[in-house]
Amino acid sequence: MRVVILLLFPLFLFSQKDSLSISIENGKIVYDDFCIRCHLPNGKGQIGIIPPLANSDFLYEHMEESIKALKFGGIEGEIIVNGVKYNSRMEKMGLYDEEIADVMNYILNSWGNKSDIMITQEYVKKLKK
Amino acid sequence: MKNKLIKLLSILFIFVINLSCAQFGETFIREDKDIVSPDEINYDLELVHENDEIIWAIEFFEDNSILATVKSGKLIHYKNNGDEVLIKGLPKIYLRGQGGLMDIEFHPNFEKNNLLYLTYAHEKEEGKGGSTNVARAKLENDSLVDFEVLYEATEVSRRGQHFGGRLEFDNDGFLYFSIGDRGNRDVNPQDLKLDGGKVYRINDDGTIPKDNPFYNNPNAKKAIYSYGHRNPQGMFKHPVSGKIWTNEHGPKGGDEINIINKGLNYGWPKITYGINYSGTTITKNKSLPNMEQPLYYWIPSIAPSCFEFISTDRYSGWQGSLLAGALKFNYLERIVLDNNNKVVYREKIAEDLGRPRDVKESKDGYIHISIENKGIYKIVPRS
Repeated sequence: MRVVILLLFPLFLFSQKDSLSISIENGKIVYDDFCIRCHLPNGKGQIGIIPPLANSDFLYEHMEESIKALKFGGIEGEIIVNGVKYNSRMEKMGLYDEEIADVMNYILNSWGNKSDIMITQEYVKKLKK
Repeated sequence: MKNKLIKLLSILFIFVINLSCAQFGETFIREDKDIVSPDEINYDLELVHENDEIIWAIEFFEDNSILATVKSGKLIHYKNNGDEVLIKGLPKIYLRGQGGLMDIEFHPNFEKNNLLYLTYAHEKEEGKGGSTNVARAKLENDSLVDFEVLYEATEVSRRGQHFGGRLEFDNDGFLYFSIGDRGNRDVNPQDLKLDGGKVYRINDDGTIPKDNPFYNNPNAKKAIYSYGHRNPQGMFKHPVSGKIWTNEHGPKGGDEINIINKGLNYGWPKITYGINYSGTTITKNKSLPNMEQPLYYWIPSIAPSCFEFISTDRYSGWQGSLLAGALKFNYLERIVLDNNNKVVYREKIAEDLGRPRDVKESKDGYIHISIENKGIYKIVPRS
């Protein structure tokens, strides 16, 4: 029995990693469709107008709020990202929960961003306004 | 002696200024094509109606009160006394990416028949994606009645881009509208059998004019008037020629101004001055036979969201120039053309105000702009 578990364990790890990389792949498609025009291919946004997603202190410190902004449309009022003020609200994109999870995983693993956690569709689904 | 010289020079200077003004009319023109921030600003920006969503389009009643579409799916009558009335009777709107409730246009005879036209993103079947619808309704007691879909694009997509959606009537009562390529650039714009990447022309009741360019072509959608467009979202009728002018979101460095002519191919994506947002090449061709060249193209792209011809004489030197919203740079461009429709001067208006979505003259000749997340501003000339 123990041998079987030990044998299966690496397989389990592999499939975990795989679902994340699939999500990241799908997330790139969503990003290129819905986000790239404003946040740009390098995730840097436009200083003072569109906040960056690459190495954004706000994104890491306010992860849930950021995902909610994606789900329900924007953050009210002024935010400060990497020391720069932003005050233009992002509109609701009409994305499905799965797409939100995918695009978050893409963002959190691109342009030097690195994240240990994987955002799942179930997590996004549970988020309330 | 010195004073005399200065006097002489002043006279000479005034003479030269007058000469150049006489040559170019009232507007001061620079040959420099780069956009400028004017040193002197002769207007104030007055927030007349606050709205923290996206007002996609505005239309003026005779009393200069405003009917505004909100992208998320609201139609608001902003009355002159400050009241906001929510108009009932909108259809279900497909809110997806750039799609939502988009343009509004009154019938040329709205005063008598109360008919108005709307464009909106529509999802035929849940989860299957959508495209752009054009509908007509009657405005009665703050409700839309006799709601009727006049055109429904059949090429649907879950992609969030390029719904087009601008509406405009010409002098003959034909209604023009745009539908963007829906993010399917290699399929839709050059295929007359498919919707998307086109400018269309219909009658005011939704029937199709028999003299439309592809009316007798069995392999074409009869409503198509021109094709090979990417995503036209600005449109006006030129007051002199009566022609429909558009500005269009291009790829990176490929935004365009076009005069829409019957049956012509505007080339997307076979020809373009732009490249992919990722920096890769779309095509090396900037021109090909039987494909129209733009009247103007922007480098860098400004993301032109709206377009208006300035007819009013309320603003000194502005009459006859064009206004284009620059979504990307948070200003309006005032564009001056010479007699050959060559762009000779561009300047920033309402700099840093926000993302402009629509620009329109009121019945009493004041330019209004809708700015995302802020509301509707009136440009008030300083006396």
